Amino acid sequence: MAMSSSLLWAVDIFGRVYTLSTVGQHWELCKDTQLEFKRVSAVKQCCWGIACDHQVYTYVFSGDVPIRYQEETYENQRWNPVGGFCEKLLPSDRWQWSDVSGLKHQQLDSFTLPSPHWEWESDWYVDENIGGEPTEKGGWTYAIDFPSTYTKDKKWNSCVRRRRWIRYRRYKSRDIWAKIVSRDDPDQLPDPFNDISIGGWEITDEPLGRLSVWAVSLQGRVWYRENVCHHNPEGSMWSLITTPGEVVQISCGPYDLLWATLWEGQAIVREGIDRNNPQGISWSIVESPSSENGIMHVSVGVDVVWCVTKDRKVWFRRGVNSHNPCGTSWIEMVGDMMMVNVGLNNQVWGIGCDDRAIYFRQGVTPSELSGKTWKAIVCGRESDRSQTGSSTSLLSAGCFFTDDIQNQTNAVIPGDADTSSDTDLPSIPTYLANTPPMGAAASGSGSSAGNQTAEICANLTVDPLDSDQGEANVASTGNKKSHLESLKSTNPNPSAELQWTNIDLKEAQKHPVLSVSTFAETSSLSSLGMFSVGTEEQYGADEHPLWAWVSGGGCLVDLHSPLKWFTVSSGLSSSVQSLSLSITPAQTAAWRKQIFQQLSERTKRELENFRHYEQAVEQSVWVKTGMLQWWRNWKPHKWMDVRVALEQFTGSDGMRDSILFVYYMYHEEKKYIHVFLNEVTIIVDVLNEAKHSFALYTPERTKQRWPIRLAATTEQEMNDWLSLLNMSCCESRRIQGPPSHHAIWSVTCKGDIFVSEPSPELEAGPHLMPCDQMFWRQVGGHLRLIECNNQGIVWGIGYDHTAWVYTGGYGGGFIQGLASSADNIYTQSDVKCVYIYENQRWNPVTGYSSRGLPTDRYMWSDASGLQECTKVNTKPPSPQWTWVSDWYIDFSTSGGTDREGWQYAADFPASYHGHKTMKDFVRRRRWARKCKIVTSGPWLEVPPVTLWDISIIPSSDAVDEESVALWAISDKGDVLCRLGVTQQNPAGTSWLHVGTDQPFISISIGAFYQVWAVARDGSAFYRGSVSPKKPAGDCWYHIPSPQKQKLKQVSVGRTSVFVLDKNGNLWYRQGITPSYPQGSTWDYVSNNIRKMSVGPLDQVWVIADKVQGSHSLSCGTVCHRTGVQPMEPKGLSWDYGIGGGWEHITVRGNATEASRVAMQDTSEENSAVSKDLEENESKGRAEHSKTPLMVSESQDLDRSAVNC
Amino acid sequence: MTDDKDVLRDVWFGRIPTCFTLYQDEITEREAEPYYLLLPRISYLTLVTDKVKKHFQKVMRQEEINEIWFEYEGTPLKWHYPIGLLFDLHASNTALPWNITVHFKNFPEKDLLHCHSKDVIEAHFMACIKEADALKHKSQVINEMQKKDHKQLWMGLQNDKFEQFWAINRKLMEYPPEDNGFRYIPFRIYQATTERPFIQKLFRPIASGGQLHTLGDLLKDVCPSAITPEDGEKKTQIMIHGIEPMLETPIQWLSEHMSYPDNFLHISIIPRPTD
Repeated sequence: MAMSSSLLWAVDIFGRVYTLSTVGQHWELCKDTQLEFKRVSAVKQCCWGIACDHQVYTYVFSGDVPIRYQEETYENQRWNPVGGFCEKLLPSDRWQWSDVSGLKHQQLDSFTLPSPHWEWESDWYVDENIGGEPTEKGGWTYAIDFPSTYTKDKKWNSCVRRRRWIRYRRYKSRDIWAKIVSRDDPDQLPDPFNDISIGGWEITDEPLGRLSVWAVSLQGRVWYRENVCHHNPEGSMWSLITTPGEVVQISCGPYDLLWATLWEGQAIVREGIDRNNPQGISWSIVESPSSENGIMHVSVGVDVVWCVTKDRKVWFRRGVNSHNPCGTSWIEMVGDMMMVNVGLNNQVWGIGCDDRAIYFRQGVTPSELSGKTWKAIVCGRESDRSQTGSSTSLLSAGCFFTDDIQNQTNAVIPGDADTSSDTDLPSIPTYLANTPPMGAAASGSGSSAGNQTAEICANLTVDPLDSDQGEANVASTGNKKSHLESLKSTNPNPSAELQWTNIDLKEAQKHPVLSVSTFAETSSLSSLGMFSVGTEEQYGADEHPLWAWVSGGGCLVDLHSPLKWFTVSSGLSSSVQSLSLSITPAQTAAWRKQIFQQLSERTKRELENFRHYEQAVEQSVWVKTGMLQWWRNWKPHKWMDVRVALEQFTGSDGMRDSILFVYYMYHEEKKYIHVFLNEVTIIVDVLNEAKHSFALYTPERTKQRWPIRLAATTEQEMNDWLSLLNMSCCESRRIQGPPSHHAIWSVTCKGDIFVSEPSPELEAGPHLMPCDQMFWRQVGGHLRLIECNNQGIVWGIGYDHTAWVYTGGYGGGFIQGLASSADNIYTQSDVKCVYIYENQRWNPVTGYSSRGLPTDRYMWSDASGLQECTKVNTKPPSPQWTWVSDWYIDFSTSGGTDREGWQYAADFPASYHGHKTMKDFVRRRRWARKCKIVTSGPWLEVPPVTLWDISIIPSSDAVDEESVALWAISDKGDVLCRLGVTQQNPAGTSWLHVGTDQPFISISIGAFYQVWAVARDGSAFYRGSVSPKKPAGDCWYHIPSPQKQKLKQVSVGRTSVFVLDKNGNLWYRQGITPSYPQGSTWDYVSNNIRKMSVGPLDQVWVIADKVQGSHSLSCGTVCHRTGVQPMEPKGLSWDYGIGGGWEHITVRGNATEASRVAMQDTSEENSAVSKDLEENESKGRAEHSKTPLMVSESQDLDRSAVNC
Repeated sequence: MTDDKDVLRDVWFGRIPTCFTLYQDEITEREAEPYYLLLPRISYLTLVTDKVKKHFQKVMRQEEINEIWFEYEGTPLKWHYPIGLLFDLHASNTALPWNITVHFKNFPEKDLLHCHSKDVIEAHFMACIKEADALKHKSQVINEMQKKDHKQLWMGLQNDKFEQFWAINRKLMEYPPEDNGFRYIPFRIYQATTERPFIQKLFRPIASGGQLHTLGDLLKDVCPSAITPEDGEKKTQIMIHGIEPMLETPIQWLSEHMSYPDNFLHISIIPRPTD
């Protein structure tokens, strides 16, 4: 996953729930503070807990994307000669209101909300979109009879019809603790709960967000919550799971580990948990490590198990894996802990026995799962920060005041019986401190004493502060509910509570927040001088919070991410480190500005009038040489060792030129090739498992599709060369600093990011600049796609769907040192999957086996079947990637799979389907493995929503303060609008959800707020009435697709709308006028297209699938549509640029309009241009406005061609 | 926005226009014309004045030529001080070009060191770098480097190769992430008016509370008389590389970005011009 932050959850001994973020430095109190909790168990998206009332609650984080569930029912009608279509149905018919199969009776009003935590979004409405096609009004589909194929056209023999009604319900209890309501049979109702653990999200991907929730009741029984998933966050019901004894505690890991602790002190392990059986099948018993002390607490991760025995010793279980969840033996670890908890990545947290601090196990790595040492988390709570300063304490004081001061009579000054309250409250006014009954009474027990002390307290507080009470009343502000409630209740003895020895909190009464109650009694701060405002003030400034429970299930600690929890933050320096994009205070510091200013003045002063003076030091030639490998020009192609030299010389005018020489041996003769660096158009990393290789292109070599390929032995060496060559190329073209707002961004299929500065001749002018002369330089980072507009707002999406926003820097990645900007380069990581296939053929003797025909593909192969890829020999795509998971069966292969992941077909290759039929003689199964790359670049993550597609409005006027329209599609298919995007804050502030009836896959917004989108079923939609005042528009208009094609991408420029379908055809929307923005028909433009981008000048750029060069074929080539004019928006022909191996391009930043003089010559020029290209490309191109792109099927694929 | 890296370039490429004039008492065969040159602020006099030597030696007799030395308004210029420091200290607020007088006779043994070859300069330069790293990193970084890296530092300075120099020097400007800066800041404070050559003391860039020390803190600590204004007016200028940074500038930043190539912050305290 990317560098987002995650949370560590903990409960202190007072039952308050805190979270600590991996990028934060202080514990923050959970938003909903109404209840006190005993246990919590967290995962990334939510947290389950057991409150003091022994009931189970769930806390789901709120996000910009709502949790919605669609309820549907069908209204069925039959035609009869008397009444036409009506509700009178035959007795043998289905119900008038039914589900899709007709078997279940589902009346509209029979639908109820499953729990108080849901609400209806709207009333029932008819679904008017059937299978991607709009239906007539009413949404009816007709058929001959039930059941049958329904169509939207009423035919002469249609005797029945039906329509679908839908209604959405929304989960509303987000960011609060929602009680799990039990509707079960009262006899089977689970008794009050004692422990809870959630996990199991790695077992399967379906349904989305599936979780296993296990709970232990006070009577020692184990319950499993069914059906917990993303759109059903509370689950459906509890099932009882029998156990061999009474269980006191349970722990569930992310995958298939489940351990529980028995009352007698042994552990039991659940066997048989898998995808089909998340509850498991049976239990095995594991003995405690020490015979005298039974196990008290156990915690499991993916493949680790830790436990704590009754003598507080910590143990690590060896030998745990999927086949042997019981492990083999215990190893004793150093440390005395009350409990331990295994979080994500097998990281371990513990709560110390003596000091009740939270410890983190340092040094846990995949090779060293038991870690090295315990390190205490010393960061304090957020409220502890404001310790001093009467002004700040007054500010935060306000929130503790209530409207009725009288209630503070119940408060008691807290304090240990022994550790004198005097020392902990440094500024207790004398009249309070001098009352010995305070402490003495506090050390008594029972609520009566409490009341008594409270009374004394009240008397005390009223008198001296009498004069100030008036002020206090005025100063009071709204109070949090918990404080109000706590003030009203009677307060049990505080000192007794501090002497807890077990983990559980005292029940029965609601615990007041002690310090707050104390605080509230000090109705006026000014009279007390400095009074600490911390919620745990009895600890003073040095002491740390006391913890009762910790859960790391939602906390991802990376080896790369530094945590600031182990040192005390102090002063400005540590808090200045913010990851926000806004200019940090340090950058605008006055001293810095003055230095820059003075330096430039000095240069002026000392140099301006003296430039004619001679330089004291001469410039000379500088050479860097090295040994590399070169993919040689002649057949048979292979790598050979060569010497490489880069010479830089400075001319008399101070300008530098560089030449790269490659010296090689050809049949005993020394030869060399050379390249002037100012001719190099791009230097690109080439995907190669074994070698660190890169390719150099010039315009000539781009046309030939034959670059200079070089390889280094180590990654560092390759990066050194790439860095140096990149810098020299940029220097020779006088390019430095970050890309301009008009830059064209593109992404290769390897995920590398390249950017090019368009010259005005690129899109206009009598002589269009040829595509192959564009200079591309690399920017650090790894992404799948990038979108931009012409104001410098650039967003990217990674392969793992993380959203990133461009920080305005340059460099990163391999670009080291001075060619990279200083401040705005951050770490970036991305995760993608590598796939291999397991192939089998059926034979009558043994059924499906891996022994195939001699002509068959390898038993383990890639998708094409031509290359052997086994689990062992398949490496990550390049040495920069590392594996982060093991091989797992991929059930989401297109075509569907059966329960074991197999898909069947008649033969290799064919189309595969998930169920076996009589005619299927072969089958295959896809295995996936995740690999991760960690690099750096000028990108900052925009959490939390993961995205699939994005589009930014190409505005023509740059008004700074106005917010910029940005539309996106989440990876679940929700359509979202980003609010608050401006040039100063390109990351925006929040997401606005735009409702749709199905998931969407592509979206684009044009210069005049035209929003077009493509849904998953391949149909197009237009969003009406989008404007700056109404950023989300009002409703979707369904647009029929061209010729029954299924669309996959849409792009809108200034006025042009183009779509791409799944067969690679490009279409242009004809007939768009201001009064009818949806247009009328689709015009075919070209085929052979993989991806496209339409820019603010209505320019069209695409990634072509296959383009023939004179030396080889390239797949994934950047092409530019030439001849695009207002009268001719579809353009006339294509110009070919860099490739292959390109995946994505966006030209939406380029709004540089050159003077459109002499446009009448363009058509002649275009035919001249196309004639030129024809010499280089093979035949088959028509001089036609609907020119298809190059395709040549006969050319055998040159494996070394730069492709994906 | 201007990046910090641009400061490094500005510092490196700073030039002082200089006019070299031969001392009138030197014996010449012909009239010696003055020689104009742009001197790099960050380099050393004897390293960059080969052309000057050649120029004047053309008009002199062979037997009169001894070791060259330079002087400004009567003060012999120490070649082992960087040129920028010498200019800021002695000639800062005067009109440009800087007028330096060239001597070949009467070498002032008491004031100047001899410099017979480039090796002497290299030895001095590397010694300064090592001393600076001892203060910054307890010499760990410099000792970890190979001989060729040391050579690259010197070659970078000698040939005026910014990238070549900084490719290695950036390692000397790093510090472990758990610290917020160097161990001690390598600096020297020069005052033309005092007797002793310079002030150099141990000074930490980070206070015990974690705040960054500023230039003002440094001066208060080691040379308070320089900045305490008497009669309410500032009498002195604190000059580094020809500019006056604000006293609030963090000293850690100054050390990273405005040190000379020998990794020292050479700071001049000069009387403020009254005009």
